[in-house]
Amino acid sequence: MCLETKGIYTVHEFTLAVKGVLTRGQFNDVWIRGEISNFTNHNSGHRYFTLKDKNSQLQCVMFKWYGKNLRFELEYGMKVLVFGDLDIYEQKGVYQLKARDIRPDGIGELYKAYEQLKNKLAMEGLFSPDHKKPLIRFPTKIGVATSPTGAVLHDILTVLGRRYPVNILFIPTVVQGDNAAQSIVSSIYELNKTDVDLIILGRGGGSIEDLWAFNEEMVARAIYNSRIPIISAVGHETDYTIADFVADVRAPTPSAAAEIAVPDRLELTNHMIGLWNRLMNNQKRLVSDRMSYLSDLRDSVEPHLFVERLTQHIQFIDDLAQRKSFSIGRLVDTKQALLNAHAGRLNAVSPLGTLSRGYSIALKLPDKTIVQSIEDVEKSDEVSIIVNDGKIRCNVKDKEECKWK
Amino acid sequence: MEMSFEESLTELEEIVDKLEKGQLSLDDSLMLFEKGIKLVNECNMKLKNAQQKVEQLIVENGGSRAENLET
Repeated sequence: MCLETKGIYTVHEFTLAVKGVLTRGQFNDVWIRGEISNFTNHNSGHRYFTLKDKNSQLQCVMFKWYGKNLRFELEYGMKVLVFGDLDIYEQKGVYQLKARDIRPDGIGELYKAYEQLKNKLAMEGLFSPDHKKPLIRFPTKIGVATSPTGAVLHDILTVLGRRYPVNILFIPTVVQGDNAAQSIVSSIYELNKTDVDLIILGRGGGSIEDLWAFNEEMVARAIYNSRIPIISAVGHETDYTIADFVADVRAPTPSAAAEIAVPDRLELTNHMIGLWNRLMNNQKRLVSDRMSYLSDLRDSVEPHLFVERLTQHIQFIDDLAQRKSFSIGRLVDTKQALLNAHAGRLNAVSPLGTLSRGYSIALKLPDKTIVQSIEDVEKSDEVSIIVNDGKIRCNVKDKEECKWK
Repeated sequence: MEMSFEESLTELEEIVDKLEKGQLSLDDSLMLFEKGIKLVNECNMKLKNAQQKVEQLIVENGGSRAENLET
C-alpha cells in the first residue's frame, strides 16, 4: 500500500538511501570504545577489524592513508578507542566505521569486570592452592564437559586413546552464549553424581566474549565446590579465564588436558621394563652374593688350611711350655739367693753365736724358762746352764742383787 | 578382589625398593621376587588390555543415564 507513495527501490538505491540517512552527520567524528578482534592487515595496507564488546560487534576499516601514522600495531584482544565516521559499504550493504584514529584503551569494560571478579574470588580464597584437589595417577573414568560439536571432544578422545585408553563419560555442554554458564554449572553438578575420577572442562579458543561463560561467578563457584577434581582447558594457551584459576589444574589446551589426565602407556611400559630389570638384577646380585659367601665358607674349612692352623697351634703351645720352664728355673735361682741372704742374717743373731763368744744361757728346770733376773729362781732350784760345747746342771746356792749399769 | 593397576604398580614399586635395600633373608627375598614378577606380568596385561569406552551422560526428567557414544 506504500507502493504508490514510496515507490520501489532497487537494492542499490535503498542502500544509498540508508547511507544518506546514516552519514548525515550524527555518526561522524565519534569515539567508540571496544576490543579488537578478527584483525586483518591486508596486503593493500588497509586494516580491517571488528570492534566489539560483550554484546555487540562493529565492523571497522582503517584505510592506509589514515593508518600510516598509527604508533602501534593492532592486536587481537586489544582494548582500544576508535575515532571515525559511520559509513555504509555499499557492495555488501553493511555499515562500518571508517576509522581515522585509534588509541589504546586503559581497561576495557569486560576486562574490568574480569579483574573485579578475579580479585573478589581471590580474596575469598577460591584460587587457594590449599583447596586444589590432587589428580589421581591412574584414573579409570574421566568426565568430559564440552560442546558436542567442535574439535575439543575429538581432540580429547584422540589424545586419551593414544596415551592410555580409559572410560570416558561425555556430557554435552553449552560453552558459549547466554545459556553457557548455567549449562557448565549443571554439567559439573551432574558429573559429581557419577563415579568419574576427574572432570575435563574444555572449550576451544575464542575471543574474550566467546569465553565469557568461564569468567562467570556461578561457574567459578561450581568448580570450587566440585567434589571431583577438575582440569580446565579453556581457549588457547594465552587465554586465562576465572575458571582456570579456580580449577584444580589448568591446562593450556584441551589436548594438553588429556595429556595431564592420564599417564602415557608407552612411558608406563618403559617404567615396567625398568622395574623388571631392577627385580632381575637385584635377584642375580642376591644369588651371586650368597654363592660367593658359600664359596668363602668352603675355602675356610679346606683340610690343608686346617692342618696348617693345627701345626701353628702346636708350635704355639711348645713355645709357651718352653717359656714356662725357663721362668721356673729363674724363679728357683732367685729364691736360693734370697735364702742364703736370710741364712746369713739369721746366723748373726743366733744364740749359738753368742755362746761361741763366751756367753752362757741359764734355764730354770724343769720348765726350761730363761733366767733373766734373780727373781726367776729360788734357793736350791735346779738350773741348766748352756755353754758353747754343752750343758751344766746346777743348784742355786745363793742369790744377790747387783747394779751392773 | 582384583587390584587396580595403580595398586599393583604401587606394590611392585615398594617390592623393588625393599629388595634393593637388601636387608631381607634369602627366603623373604625370593618370596618378594616371585610376587614382583607376578605383579609385572599383571600390570603389563592391564596396560595391554586397556580400552577406551565412551559414554554420553543424558540428563532428563531429573534423572540421568549413560549411553554408549559412537565416535
